[in-house]
Amino acid sequence: MVELALPKNSVVKTGKTWPQPQGASNVRKFQIYRWNPDTGENPRVDTYFIDMDKCGPMVLDALIKIKNEIDPTLTFRRSCREGICGSCAMNIDGTNTLACTKGMDEIRGTVKIYPLPHMPVVKDLIPDLTHFYAQHASIMPWLETETNEPVKEWRQSPADRKKLDGLYECVMCACCSTACPSYWWNGDKYLGPAALLHAYRWIIDSRDEATGERLDELEDPFKLYRCHTIMNCTKTCPKGLNPAKAIASIKKMMVDRTL
Amino acid sequence: MADMNRGNRPLSPHLQVYRPQITSVTSIFTRITGNALIVGTLLIVWWFLAAAKGPEAYARADWVLTSWLGDAVMFASLWALWYHTLAGIRHLIWDSVHGLELATAERLGLAVIAGSGILTVLTAIIV
Repeated sequence: MVELALPKNSVVKTGKTWPQPQGASNVRKFQIYRWNPDTGENPRVDTYFIDMDKCGPMVLDALIKIKNEIDPTLTFRRSCREGICGSCAMNIDGTNTLACTKGMDEIRGTVKIYPLPHMPVVKDLIPDLTHFYAQHASIMPWLETETNEPVKEWRQSPADRKKLDGLYECVMCACCSTACPSYWWNGDKYLGPAALLHAYRWIIDSRDEATGERLDELEDPFKLYRCHTIMNCTKTCPKGLNPAKAIASIKKMMVDRTL
Repeated sequence: MADMNRGNRPLSPHLQVYRPQITSVTSIFTRITGNALIVGTLLIVWWFLAAAKGPEAYARADWVLTSWLGDAVMFASLWALWYHTLAGIRHLIWDSVHGLELATAERLGLAVIAGSGILTVLTAIIV
């Protein structure tokens, strides 16, 4: 359902302004979403100031600096710090991306950081991705075969392998799905760009023998067809992938197989 | 994980914080123009019905529709019609899995905006 406003318990209040660093000439302002499950209070936006001469170049560097030196209660996921694990996905400067690969020189003015949009918040910048992962599992993200297993491995021509480029690189960070207004309004039934990109990755895999079943599974008014090609997914993908094109390709296969 | 507070979890901000994109704005306007055109269509139908009914009814409808407000609504509908048509063509291109690279999609969006403006002015001048 389209609900433009936030529920009462989710309305964001103005939070604490933390002290500025002493004797710094290159100070940058950060506004960061905070929510503590233990207090029962509404979410708030805290303001922090960082001496940029003593901070790394990426948004994640700033978050870690805040946690280490200013406010140890600031909570966020991070792991690889090189854009391959997908943990530090969040809304930075109005679009979703990975904090570890987003350079602060790409942002003008105050750095505003929120959790991934329209998700239940566990704490601060950590969204609950349970449903997102369940949707990924629902598209059967594995090779489905009927023929007997080959003696060695399932083989594939270089040309067929090439079809998986631009799909297999997805790290499941959820930036695309949580950027999609259709996913915001119908995320309970619409699979969203990430799960659909993965669905397509298995549909066009030359070794997979369940293409028909996979398409049948998506033949549904919500699962696939809530995509209206808004393209926020492609625009925001931190890996430069194109979920919108993958979804359009599935839609076309749906038509092609009835012709 | 001790998950005592699952029921009370806030919903993270969405429209409130997400930066509008060329593709998202042109998309929502496709829907807005489509729905607004229903109103414009009803007004035109009213005009025709009134014309069929008789001179008095027609005079009334004609007065409303050619007033400055009626003119404004019709001019806006003209733009909406062109916009919706061009956006529809864009959707046809996308449905054939073309023009979905980000740069192309954004250019198509700008083309829909510019094209609808130009065609609206041209139509208004010619007709």
